[in-house]
Amino acid sequence: MLTARYIADDKLMPWLLSLAETRQVLAPVRQGGQTLFAPLDADSQLDLEGLADASAKAALLPRCETLLEFHYSKGEGVPSRTELEVRETLPDRDAFLFGARPCDAKGFTVFDRVYDGGSRRDIYYCTRRDKTIVAALACTDPADTCFCNRVGGGPGDTDGSDILFTPVEGGYVIEPVTERGEAFLAEQPLVEAEGRLEEARQVRKDVAESMPGGDPLGGAQGEVLRLFDDQEFWGGVAAKCLSCGACSYLCPTCYCFNMTDEINGDDGVRVRTWDNCMSFQFTLEGSGHNPRNGKAQRMRNRIGHKFSYYPELHDGNLACVGCGRCIVHCPVSMDVRAIVAQARDRALAKQEHAND
Amino acid sequence: MASSIDDLKTEIKKALPGLDMVIAWAAGPDPLSHTPLFITEEADVERIEWDPRCSQNLAGYLPGLRGKKVGIVVKGCDARSLVELLQEKLIDREDVTIFGLHCTGAVDARAARKALGSLRGGLESVSVNGGTASFSMSGEPRTLPLAEVLQKKCFTCTGADAEVCDHFIGEHGEPPRVTETPATTLEELEAMSMEERLHFWEDQMSRCIRCYACRSACPLCVCQDHCAAQSREPHWVDQTDHPREKLMFQAIHALHTAGRCTECGECERACPMGLPIMTLKQALNRSIQDLFDYRAGTDPDQAPPLFEFREEEKNIKEREW
Ligand code: SF4
Ligand code: SF4
Ligand code: SF4
Ligand code: SF4
Ligand code: SF4
Repeated sequence: MLTARYIADDKLMPWLLSLAETRQVLAPVRQGGQTLFAPLDADSQLDLEGLADASAKAALLPRCETLLEFHYSKGEGVPSRTELEVRETLPDRDAFLFGARPCDAKGFTVFDRVYDGGSRRDIYYCTRRDKTIVAALACTDPADTCFCNRVGGGPGDTDGSDILFTPVEGGYVIEPVTERGEAFLAEQPLVEAEGRLEEARQVRKDVAESMPGGDPLGGAQGEVLRLFDDQEFWGGVAAKCLSCGACSYLCPTCYCFNMTDEINGDDGVRVRTWDNCMSFQFTLEGSGHNPRNGKAQRMRNRIGHKFSYYPELHDGNLACVGCGRCIVHCPVSMDVRAIVAQARDRALAKQEHAND
Repeated sequence: MASSIDDLKTEIKKALPGLDMVIAWAAGPDPLSHTPLFITEEADVERIEWDPRCSQNLAGYLPGLRGKKVGIVVKGCDARSLVELLQEKLIDREDVTIFGLHCTGAVDARAARKALGSLRGGLESVSVNGGTASFSMSGEPRTLPLAEVLQKKCFTCTGADAEVCDHFIGEHGEPPRVTETPATTLEELEAMSMEERLHFWEDQMSRCIRCYACRSACPLCVCQDHCAAQSREPHWVDQTDHPREKLMFQAIHALHTAGRCTECGECERACPMGLPIMTLKQALNRSIQDLFDYRAGTDPDQAPPLFEFREEEKNIKEREW
């Protein structure tokens, strides 16, 4: 039985701080003019106004994660022999991710299909996922660049969350989404929501209805793929792109990584760091050849992966949750929505032309 | 401004037949910043926008388009980047057609978004008049003190008119002036001890996500795809998330642009984490000014000081040490 609960505005921070005594609490806080997810402490300035500037993905997929540590030493008695000692480093901390937006939480489902994909389980990701309770916060004031509703989501959705907070007059209604969300809440000193549940539903409904419409961006797998060799199209789209990593690194669904050994003297770490397909190094081969040698091919991959290759492999689910961060923070204001719409128009026009 | 934009469109239409493309700005998906527009057909000219939201420095595209005949629209600071690119022979003067404008100041999109709140109704116009910025939202004018929404680089603008150009459009004028200029990060840092400064940068760099937008947006970062930051061999910077490594990259960028950086502000504007990284370049530029009496991007015929060798520098009395 899943029970909704309620917390008053002024009780929220003390409650989160009490949680922080036994586990890491990650929440959107003000940091140097930005709102970013960071471990909460008594000095933190919680910011629940809008969408955080960076996504919450680092909670499950850190920017840089140590996969293992190693140490070289001279073999005993045999000076020419080098011994190598390797230590496993698995995540061991329980965490509570608070204030992720529904799009952020949905982003985790994109990761789940890849890192927890049945036969292929990434132990680092899965351990973190198991140890982290995801508490999403329903949106009440979507930004002009939000489009979750065009990619299969919504400002009050629960995909990927264990718990959903909905702002109501004077506080928040807290609804468990998963069994583990319920189990977690059952141990908390929270009052039952009683009559407030209907109010929360109404808030979510009003916000969802207030969002501007627009064509859904799903179902374009075929169209995007058909443009694979259309250099002119991708060249035109990517002309202004700077080939940086801002879009991918802020994106709650981009999950590509690189692995390197970083060695200092006899000690080293194997780290996994974020990588992104807009970078020249991404597909640079050892021979020096790069199959994606220009920004047009890189842009084709970014759009193709999100709107064609990923949904093709994963039952039509897109690898974009419509948070709009790549639009707001792109130094040249690239618009992912417009690119997909253009791709679709172009592919349809080409097809009609072929039928002429 | 309305007349400037019409004149600009007319001039571009006239020049377009002799050019491969013209780079200008168009309305973007975000109501607070416009976006680069690559014009190849006359019909595209109508999409041109010109107001304080034209923040991108389009000069950075030119080295990558070398060999083509390109028209480009520039503000005062963008023109200084052009001068630097010409000085360094990274672009060819005869291939570039420059449309220069007088700039009234560029709006800092992040600051404005914070000050204005929801923009779901869109913005019809943005303008700067004297010490205020006006935003017209669904017919409702909102004014804000200019100092609150102006890009930081504009407070120290040394000339808002494009000084090199083939076609100057509109009236000449002064850089934006605000009555109270907020202290720059450089001034704040200068008041700190070395230890405090290190602490400051450690804190800032802890937020760096290593997206390298700062580098990609810099019109003078010429290595781009072959950046030292991503080279494994030699291994200048490691890939761990340590602020030390990230600051190391900023040091590389600052040293690679020492005496070349025109303070166009793109690195800082592009940084999605809002890190005050132009400060490092400003500090080096102050030293270059003291040592060589030189400011980057002012004279196309001068060579940048670190591009030249003199046995005896005027202000570095090495033999007297
Ligand atoms: S953030 Fe913008 S400029 Fe940078 S790679 Fe992405 S689309 Fe290109
Ligand atoms: S592609 Fe852009 S809009 Fe879509 S989830 Fe990523 S950052 Fe958000
Ligand atoms: S620095 Fe000067 S020319 Fe450049 S945007 Fe600011 S005011 Fe305009
Ligand atoms: S370092 Fe920054 S301010 Fe200097 S030229 Fe490059 S982008 Fe412009
Ligand atoms: S743009 Fe900002 S976050 Fe990105 S690498 Fe540069 S300093 Fe770091």
